[in-house]
Amino acid sequence: MIMDDFLWRAGIAGIGVALIAGPLGCFIVWRRMAYFGDTMSHSALLGVALGFLMEINLTVSVALVAVTISILLVLLQMQRWVSSDTLLGILSHASLSIGLVVISLMSWLRIDLLGLLFGDILAVTVEDIYWIYGGGLFVLAVLIKIWRPLLAITVHEDLACAEGIQALPIRLIFMLLIALVIAVAMKIVGILLITALLIIPAATARRLSRSPESMAFFSVLVGVVSVCAGLMVSMEYDTPSGPSIVTVSALLFTLALIGGQLSHLTHIFKR
Amino acid sequence: MPVKTKKPKPLVSAKGVYLSFGKKAVLINTNVKVRPNEIVTLIGPNGAGKSTLIKVLLGLVKPDRGVIKRQPGLSIGYVPQKLTLDETLPLPVHRLMTLTQKAKHPDIIQALKETNVDGLIDAPVHTLSGGELQRVMIARALLRKPDLMVLDEPTQGVDISGEAALYALIGTIRDRYGCGVLMISHDLHVVMGTTDRVIGLDRKVCCKGKPAKVLNHPEYTRLFGPQAAQHLAIYTHQHSTHHHHHHDGDICQHHDDGACRNPNHLSEALPDDHG
Repeated sequence: MIMDDFLWRAGIAGIGVALIAGPLGCFIVWRRMAYFGDTMSHSALLGVALGFLMEINLTVSVALVAVTISILLVLLQMQRWVSSDTLLGILSHASLSIGLVVISLMSWLRIDLLGLLFGDILAVTVEDIYWIYGGGLFVLAVLIKIWRPLLAITVHEDLACAEGIQALPIRLIFMLLIALVIAVAMKIVGILLITALLIIPAATARRLSRSPESMAFFSVLVGVVSVCAGLMVSMEYDTPSGPSIVTVSALLFTLALIGGQLSHLTHIFKR
Repeated sequence: MPVKTKKPKPLVSAKGVYLSFGKKAVLINTNVKVRPNEIVTLIGPNGAGKSTLIKVLLGLVKPDRGVIKRQPGLSIGYVPQKLTLDETLPLPVHRLMTLTQKAKHPDIIQALKETNVDGLIDAPVHTLSGGELQRVMIARALLRKPDLMVLDEPTQGVDISGEAALYALIGTIRDRYGCGVLMISHDLHVVMGTTDRVIGLDRKVCCKGKPAKVLNHPEYTRLFGPQAAQHLAIYTHQHSTHHHHHHDGDICQHHDDGACRNPNHLSEALPDDHG
């Protein structure tokens, strides 16, 4: 059976992650939430630790902790004496450190820390694939449902609210979606690199797109290419899967950047 | 006011509004009303609470005290202070028009024609000039068939020659649709000719009424400095030479291109007010 081959499992899982990371990543880029995504994904390690401690499904515990951290952040942002930026930095590194401390305290636990931080394709199970596609379909369906109001509050929140959109529920749903994506993408790219898979394909797609929807489409395409090529590199040269995928996507971004500059230059010369 | 005709009911009104952010009072006992077919302009220095008052009237910010009344089913076209779109978000004009509502293509074209920017329907929003973007935003508001237009500094990012044209456009829209208009403005010299009523705001309403009356008000001089008094001279001078007088309740047609467009007067009016 095809699922018996870990390479196929990794590929199918990776493509599933790229499918949801693309459109969601676009919104993270448009809303300038890259650092926010980082903070949420760093909290995933704490989620893993708690999942082991309480013996619950890791995907569930990771998603729960990510949601908790994001709600905590929204509440803390209401105070004024520490800026949002600083707050993100504190939460991001604190949750990562607490996660590491808790995991190392559980001395009975044999855990592949490097795999958690940077992704491990060998560890992808059939169950993970169900999570990725089940969760992924759910995320995509919800995202399509809230697409219009989310885009409206991204362009101008006051304007959208004045025209009857309830911003707070939309924002909360969006954070929930990010938490879910982090939980399912963790195995493939690793906790430290999830944000990269969200934002680099989206940023690469910017050059190719003339509308929000086409940018979401192209970011999926760039993501799928990155994942497939990255996994092949990882297999061929025995490099960690997450960094390999991110390296490929960074390469694609550079190409898009150079391509954009070249077309800009030829445009100037033609004039 | 010599002759009092029965005025139509206000579209929106605020009564006794008090709002503070922390310990700082932003609005104190503020009353505002906008009726159909009238243009009301909010003026005032930086931090006077103009934008906040607009947000209170739109229902975006809840006041600590006071009553906000909006006519039931009131359709509002809002043009916010400045649309700053993230460079990474590709957005053609027609998508901006249909951001919160669906609209048919001919209706979008029609709205853009009203503000003379129908050629830009497929243009990316990033490539628009300040004036073009404001016209698109006004067209966008028109698409909602508004009873009330609310504009927060409509001429921000618009060059001097575009300013008068933009105010003229707002006047035309009011004439054509009979909608109420509430706007914040810094261009006192131009606004005085287009507006029906002026409200001077400095956390509380310190002067209000017809432009000529407000210009004579000592609070106006206090708010905008002695240079602003020169506007009085400019204003009355223009209005005597061009024979444009405000009559009670009349719709004033002030698409007067002789309006003061001297850039010096702009800077004289509000030396430190940019926000």
